[in-house]
Amino acid sequence: MGGKLIKPVMSAEEAVRHIHDGASVMVGGFNYAGVPYTLIDALVAQGTKNLHLISNDTLYANDEHPEGVGHGQLVVNGQCRKVTASHIGLNRMTQKLYNEGKLELELVPQGSFVERIRCGGFGLGGFLTPTGVGTIHAEGKQVLEVEGREYILELPLKADVALLRGYRADRWGNLTYFGTGRNFNPAMAAAAELVIAEVDAIVPQGEIDANQIVTPGMLVDILVLKGDGYYATRT
Amino acid sequence: MLPELDEEIIRHRIAKRIAMDLDDGAVVNLGIGIPTLVSDYVPEGKTVVLQTENGVVGAGPKPCVDDLRFIGAGGRCLSLIPGSSIVASDMSFGLIRGGHLDATVLGALEVDGQGDLANWMIPGKMVPGMGGAMDLVTGAKHVYVATTHCDKKGRPKLVQKCTLPLTGKGVVSVIVTEFCVMRKTDGVMTLCEIAPEVTKEEIQANTTMEYVVSPDLCLMKGIE
Repeated sequence: MGGKLIKPVMSAEEAVRHIHDGASVMVGGFNYAGVPYTLIDALVAQGTKNLHLISNDTLYANDEHPEGVGHGQLVVNGQCRKVTASHIGLNRMTQKLYNEGKLELELVPQGSFVERIRCGGFGLGGFLTPTGVGTIHAEGKQVLEVEGREYILELPLKADVALLRGYRADRWGNLTYFGTGRNFNPAMAAAAELVIAEVDAIVPQGEIDANQIVTPGMLVDILVLKGDGYYATRT
Repeated sequence: MLPELDEEIIRHRIAKRIAMDLDDGAVVNLGIGIPTLVSDYVPEGKTVVLQTENGVVGAGPKPCVDDLRFIGAGGRCLSLIPGSSIVASDMSFGLIRGGHLDATVLGALEVDGQGDLANWMIPGKMVPGMGGAMDLVTGAKHVYVATTHCDKKGRPKLVQKCTLPLTGKGVVSVIVTEFCVMRKTDGVMTLCEIAPEVTKEEIQANTTMEYVVSPDLCLMKGIE
């Protein structure tokens, strides 16, 4: 009879066991903020392969961090077969693997990226946008004219799993966010089959004012407390 | 050949000129590089609200101590000014794409007289991704291009026609270089201001873009 209201709290290691080879995985975050670092570290340790990573960027991999930061590690580690993102310029391995033909890369304008995810989660069949008209982004896509203006038809984006980073949660999985960590997380919460949220704290029911809740718990399946990794503790 | 100016003078001259153009109360998105400097030159008594694509409306300067929970679009930490708000990415791009931003300021690899802009990739060399640039140039009310007049090899960046992959087609409203200000007026790129170091003819010789000269051509504002 419906899903359980009380969401399981797991270790990151337990939670990522639900992610299998070949899965499409949305990861929240923009640059350093709002990234589920503890879940990512566990997924790196688990070594799951052939992932389709859907995230705004692939964070960093550079001289200072050759192993990669956050989900940038999934690329460096060769765990991704495909990346869908809006910007990959700060992770040298994403570009290198793409140039070598070892990684499929789909670059999407950031506004279309989040809107496609929103469509995926909101039951919409796509949307029309002028962003990218007359550029190479329009190649291979339907361009429709509506009332004298050209629009690209963009299609919804969904995933098997979404890894989110929230701030506070209660046991129903209701989530709040902090700072610039909100970014893509609320949209991704609705667009994946399985939603795992890493949070700073899990508080008793009713402690979070309903007005402050951004993502309703009905969208969240598993809760994980953030660990003590370098970036998890600094975000 | 155009005169050689100190790189810092160039960057700050361009940033200052664009800052003078912005209206009090304008909501503006600044790209990385020279555009970031625009916020340093907003004249006293004028408030310009900075929007960042990751969701801040009312971004303040880089704080003394970095806090990775408050990141700006260029990956630099930011502070919040009183009255600021933070929204999710869908709302942030709703603001950008919905025509709610007064202006965006970006750099250029190439820009042409039709208002086409190329600034996000060089095939075979640099494929960083367009990030929010395509959305910004399509959605913002005014698109300012902040760029050096020529590239490092002395080739014009204001070109007859963009050859690099476009960021947006027919989107540019104003171009500010260290030597001139061009505005798209009635669909035609128009030379409106020139710097004291150069003549109209020198601009012409270093610009392959099609443009007309404004009858009100004047000295570039903001240069003491």
